Amino acid sequence: MTDSPETNDAPDIVVVKDVSKRFVIRKDNSLKERIVTFGRIGKRHREEFWALRDVSVTIQAGSTVGLIGHNGSGKSTLLKVLGGILDPTTGTVARRGRIAALLELGAGFHPDLTGRENVFLNASILGLSREVTEARFPEILAFSGIGDFIDTQVKFYSSGMYVRLAFSVAVHTDPDLLLVDEVLAVGDEAFQRKCMDKIRSFQEEGRTIVLVTHSLGQVADLCDRAILLNKGEVVFDGEPRQAVVNFRNILEGRRIAEEEQDAPVHAQVKRDAQILSAKAQAADRLPGEMLQMGDDLVVTAEIEHLTDTDEDWNCAIQIDSTQGQAVYGTSTRLLGKKLRPVKGPRSIQFTLKDTRFGTGKYFVNVSIMHPSGVHIADFPQACSFDVAYNPLAVGTVYAAPSFSDLGTTK
Amino acid sequence: MLFSAEDRFTALTKQPLKAIGTANGGALSTWESIKSIHAHREVLALLVRRDLKARYKDSALGLVWTLIRPLTQLFIYYIVMGKFLGAERGIPDFAIYVFTGLTVYGLLSEIISGGTSSIVGNGGLIKKIYLPREIFPLASVGSALFNFSIQMGVLIVALFAVGHPSLHTGLLYFFPALAIIVVFGTAFALLLSATNVYLRDVQYLVDVVLLILLWASPIVYSWEMARNIMGDGVLLALYTNNPITLAVLGFQQAFWVGGAPTAAFPNDLLMRMGIALIVGIVLLFGFHRVFARLQGNFAQEL
Repeated sequence: MTDSPETNDAPDIVVVKDVSKRFVIRKDNSLKERIVTFGRIGKRHREEFWALRDVSVTIQAGSTVGLIGHNGSGKSTLLKVLGGILDPTTGTVARRGRIAALLELGAGFHPDLTGRENVFLNASILGLSREVTEARFPEILAFSGIGDFIDTQVKFYSSGMYVRLAFSVAVHTDPDLLLVDEVLAVGDEAFQRKCMDKIRSFQEEGRTIVLVTHSLGQVADLCDRAILLNKGEVVFDGEPRQAVVNFRNILEGRRIAEEEQDAPVHAQVKRDAQILSAKAQAADRLPGEMLQMGDDLVVTAEIEHLTDTDEDWNCAIQIDSTQGQAVYGTSTRLLGKKLRPVKGPRSIQFTLKDTRFGTGKYFVNVSIMHPSGVHIADFPQACSFDVAYNPLAVGTVYAAPSFSDLGTTK
Repeated sequence: MLFSAEDRFTALTKQPLKAIGTANGGALSTWESIKSIHAHREVLALLVRRDLKARYKDSALGLVWTLIRPLTQLFIYYIVMGKFLGAERGIPDFAIYVFTGLTVYGLLSEIISGGTSSIVGNGGLIKKIYLPREIFPLASVGSALFNFSIQMGVLIVALFAVGHPSLHTGLLYFFPALAIIVVFGTAFALLLSATNVYLRDVQYLVDVVLLILLWASPIVYSWEMARNIMGDGVLLALYTNNPITLAVLGFQQAFWVGGAPTAAFPNDLLMRMGIALIVGIVLLFGFHRVFARLQGNFAQEL
């Protein structure tokens, strides 16, 4: 969680009430087609879809809100509605304070103008007067790290330079509300760190940030609230970690649905093996009981060989945190074991001795691979396990901590 | 800059929560638009400068190109229309006469064609940032006015060169004539820029119509010639009361010193211009309402 100030008595900065947004997709875009398909026949040439449905969100000043959801869930649309770029079809959006939006690369940069000219143009678009921009120009330039290229036409910039300059201008306009849409992934690592630091200092200064991202780790790390959208509706609004977990469930549901849809196609491709099920559990505990520090973890998987082959396959497991970060992995290849194929179902087991995972939920992925490394069968998030709460430490790795004061040194 | 979160919150609390998006409240929302354009006037100025700067960036002659086109037109009309086809008979200072008309027409055509493509051309900006969208067609008006002022400079120099500087009371016609062009140009720039978003054919249509308009006003021939052919009927009234014709005639009154006192002009030119101006203002208001209604969907249509 973040160190952002208490938001209980903070004023509302954005109030979204029952907002729906309808898009009409027309297939006829020229005058000729319009006239030909005029009137009732024209209706057939249009398709409607609701990008947002009855979304009500109130955002308090000082909070950092992550908008998550899969592609096409309406999160970018919601961000644009917040920014006033799209008008809602129904419902109202009320807002106060100064806003800066960073939606896509270099919003408002003109390729033929120099970086310097673009800074002034962009700052003015974001509502900064010329004098203020002039006063802050050295800061903007220093933060962007563009250096002498500032007097080069922007069309010669790399995409990283573009976004650095754009971000630098946006954060120096003293916004109360900053909207960020997935642009930060472009800069190099050093710049990304700089952005994160800037966002953290924004949080301390009580600024509000709304960010759309696919990096769930970022949501859990930066935000104090997450809104999960699915098909234009808010399905969860609250604690980021919980939102991430719910999101994964939706993704998993979609994956299964897609797989079922694709099943007839897949059936024709002959598969050599499949993973039927897997379970993970502490060695000396009842099923479903939480894993304690130092427990042995046993991962058992049911797999089936569908064809006869004489190649030695490998089986691997990987353990992911809820943020999707791989925290552990091992395989028969690393263990120097062979998985001689025998046609028909069989059981395999990995035992992880003396585990020290941090508190939380973990997912286990199971894969079977050809010796060349090609995956024959995968079962992502085949099973999960929970690690008991340890009050003394946080993180994905646990070690028993202690502290002693060694007194003053010279 | 504010530094503590509490200060920021207190400052925020003092600001009212303002609804965003387009209001459809008639005259009141026009007033709101004017206020918000005024608040963004610095952006408007920068956009005009951007248009001008970016247009001739990387070209060796730069701004000179703005003059080459009208001067070429002048040259062609002067030679072909004036000398070959004999249009200059009865029109003293024919070159000045043509250039005066071309300057007026050039302003209108630049406002309308630049304005029409302004929203689509700035799509990148409109999709990402909220600005009062009227700013973009207005910026086209601004850059057209800049180019117009350069042409006016050339025209004035030319007037001195031929020895007929326009130092007379007729010069006052300049103001209503310019106002007519700016008002009508802006009105249509607003309407066409918005419709062009939905139907990209509009910008091609505009090119064609502008071509017709060039010949539908007394720019390369005289009003008298038109009257001689059309007679004093409804047709002539229509032709004369075309705001472009009125503006061109107004400019000729102001600058074509060599011929204006002797040439034929319609009666009550000033009154006609006044009526045209009022019609133009009503159109401007109406077209802005259309623009305001259509702009809500710009970002998704671009």
